[in-house]
Amino acid sequence: MTVTTARTRGRRAADESPRPEAPGRRRGFRYRGAIAIFVLPFGVLFAAFYLTPILYAVWQSLQKIEREGTFGAPTQVFGGLAQYALVFQASEFWSSILRVLLFGVVQVPVMLFLALLFALLLDSPLLRGKRFFRLAFFAPYAVPGVIAAIMWGYLYSPSLSPFSAVTSSVGLLDGGTVLWAIANVVTWVFVGYNMLIIYSSLLAIPTEIYEAARLDGASQWRIAVAIKIPLVIPAIVLTAVFSVIGTLQLLTEPLVFRQFTSTISSTFTPNMLVYSTSSVPNFNLAAAFSVVLAVATFILSIGFLRLTQRKADQ
Amino acid sequence: MTLDAPTRPAQSFDDATTPASKRGRGPRESVMSRSAAMIIMGAFTLYFLIPIFWLFVSSTKTLDNFNSGPALWFSATSVQDFAGNIAQLFTYNDGIFPRWMLNSIVYATVAGGLGTILSAMCGYALAKYRFRGREALFNVFLGGVLVPATALALPLFLIFSEVKLTDTFWAVFLPSIVSPFGVYLSRIYAASSVPDEIIEAARIDGSSELRTFFTVAVRLMSPALVTVFLFQFVAIWNNFFLPLVMLRSQELFPVTLGLYTWNSNVSQYPELRTLVLVGAFVSIIPLLVAFLSLQRFWRSGLGAGGLK
Repeated sequence: MTVTTARTRGRRAADESPRPEAPGRRRGFRYRGAIAIFVLPFGVLFAAFYLTPILYAVWQSLQKIEREGTFGAPTQVFGGLAQYALVFQASEFWSSILRVLLFGVVQVPVMLFLALLFALLLDSPLLRGKRFFRLAFFAPYAVPGVIAAIMWGYLYSPSLSPFSAVTSSVGLLDGGTVLWAIANVVTWVFVGYNMLIIYSSLLAIPTEIYEAARLDGASQWRIAVAIKIPLVIPAIVLTAVFSVIGTLQLLTEPLVFRQFTSTISSTFTPNMLVYSTSSVPNFNLAAAFSVVLAVATFILSIGFLRLTQRKADQ
Repeated sequence: MTLDAPTRPAQSFDDATTPASKRGRGPRESVMSRSAAMIIMGAFTLYFLIPIFWLFVSSTKTLDNFNSGPALWFSATSVQDFAGNIAQLFTYNDGIFPRWMLNSIVYATVAGGLGTILSAMCGYALAKYRFRGREALFNVFLGGVLVPATALALPLFLIFSEVKLTDTFWAVFLPSIVSPFGVYLSRIYAASSVPDEIIEAARIDGSSELRTFFTVAVRLMSPALVTVFLFQFVAIWNNFFLPLVMLRSQELFPVTLGLYTWNSNVSQYPELRTLVLVGAFVSIIPLLVAFLSLQRFWRSGLGAGGLK
């Protein structure tokens, strides 16, 4: 009994809306039917279309195809970690991972720097016509990735581009630059979105916090660096985590760019490799690639969160 | 300099309170930084808007005059060429393009709407009732936010092929309903915008839990639910990989996949190039309008997502 009360109290302290009257267990019991009706519809669909595919992918990755003789019917048997051994030997998998990591190391900081800069300018008294800029910068986010990639594909192309004077001499879709051509498309779509995340957390800062600094004659630049940026670090971390996840999952833009250039192989990014492996079809190996990629994504985003939190604590 | 003359009230208030010795330097410095700020924002406005403008101009050109005349401005025949392009777009291949648009709208609004209601119910329960396993359940859903949709598409394809449902409407529709991020946002909103006292009062009046949710809580949460809906609408509208993996029949395609297949056939059928550009332009108009008119919901939603 005492244990239960202690635990309930502990939980209540952590709750956003502490209610003093009734202990949690009894309330939950009383409204069990209602809770089930509220949670189950989503819960069942989540189990069906999120948990099941994940478990299914893991299970698939542990299978392998065996044939009796050369022309025998293929049967799927338990293969242990056989597929994972293949993953670690697949050099195109690791080079695709390195490619997106290189992409992310450059593109994510550039994009977030621009997003932060725009958000700070929108939040400063330096700018007029803020509503217009906010709308103009956010507009590209309304363009789906496929459409954005098709559009930029034409803008880059040496013959069709309105800037053909530049694009015919530079060769933006050549092997060496095509990765950065894609980075530009991703940046174009997502800067405004990230800007808005950072901007809304800037708006949440009470102005009294920097009113004093302003009266002391601190410049906008100084206020931004000393007061505003430290306060919006959590929002920046959030956008960074989602950008890192997006980078590792890069698929749509390079897939569309294959229609414009032959410099993008079918294994250009990890997800393209998964897709082309499954089209072979070799679902077991594709599943093993997916699982490794998902684990890598998870470790990277959690690791990033930990790292930035530790820095913030110091 | 003259542009800066009508300063905002807050700014002139500051100037008035600044000591005279500092005022001499202050405004000049701020004219410099103001101009720098405007130049930066102006340059990037071009970067963000020129591609969209180019798409608009291109959709007013026929295949023959695509490369003649200025690329970023209209020609004398722009109006009738645009009308001709639109007519061709909507009738080509027995009107497959309007079909794709309709599919996208159905996938995004119906699945998004249904998903918003389910997320709201779930998030409300997680915020307002205390029951065993609540936090564990919430953490599982929250983990779902970190799972990218592309990672799910292939296993979903295999599962749907086991039950012979690939290449059907349901193959794209059903998975689109689930939005863990919607549950996460709904929980935050329910906790902050539905007071416990109101729920208690409804109980005393004899209202059932469900009725309280649908009559009282939903109304209090409605601005937030618009945000949840917008997020899901865009995610479904932009989803490309799931339909690419699932669908073979053109008449089930969303507009993104449809334009992608058109664009991959441009070398065989050059007339498709005009249609791809006009189609791309037409397909982003509804989204641009919805986005820009509902922008305040984005901001409130993103704020809540970023702060918690």
